Amino acid sequence: MSDETNPLREEIKKAIAENEVILFMKGTPDQPMCGYSARTAAALQALGAPFAAVDILPDPRIRQELSALSNWPTIPQLFVKGELIGGADIVAEMYESGELAEVLGIEQPDGGAPAEAPAAPSQDGARLSIDNRLD
Amino acid sequence: MATKEELKQRIEAALPGARAEVSGDDGHHFEAVVVAPQFEGLSRIAQHRLVYDVFAGELGGRIHALSLQTKVPARTSP
Repeated sequence: MSDETNPLREEIKKAIAENEVILFMKGTPDQPMCGYSARTAAALQALGAPFAAVDILPDPRIRQELSALSNWPTIPQLFVKGELIGGADIVAEMYESGELAEVLGIEQPDGGAPAEAPAAPSQDGARLSIDNRLD
Repeated sequence: MATKEELKQRIEAALPGARAEVSGDDGHHFEAVVVAPQFEGLSRIAQHRLVYDVFAGELGGRIHALSLQTKVPARTSP
């Protein structure tokens, strides 16, 4: 680890700060490349939660920097309001207990309209490809 | 290749008093249920980190995935 400014890490921090709900995953919500990522994205989709998604596969450094930043070794990683909520297991547990909807500030399914969408991030020229889900 | 026995031993050695049930036979994907007194009062994130820390650097590599469920031991009645 160097002390030099790390542009990729700064970009990841910015993405986490600017997107109220952001999922770092392998693949995309429509084409997940790993079962754990697929399940986590599906839980958010089942709740109708709008979320931004970042595919970490295109550049291995994204995962390195993300894990260094979050102190969490595995993918996926879900952040809500800048806080790491957890990986696939925690998100699944929280989905089943209803805590996930609570954390997201939305009603459980069949309980009305989803919460307002987060502001679209401006990511022009960024190396992080953020896929904004506004289901 | 990692084995479920190895994972179980390492978790239980790192967290004295813990009980770990580990399944997974492909050498790369494992599932563990860990009951440990150290989890008391910790958030889920912090509980999972305690277990992940046992395998620092190996998760995502040698151990592709470790699916976790953490629990605080039930209090024993007198």
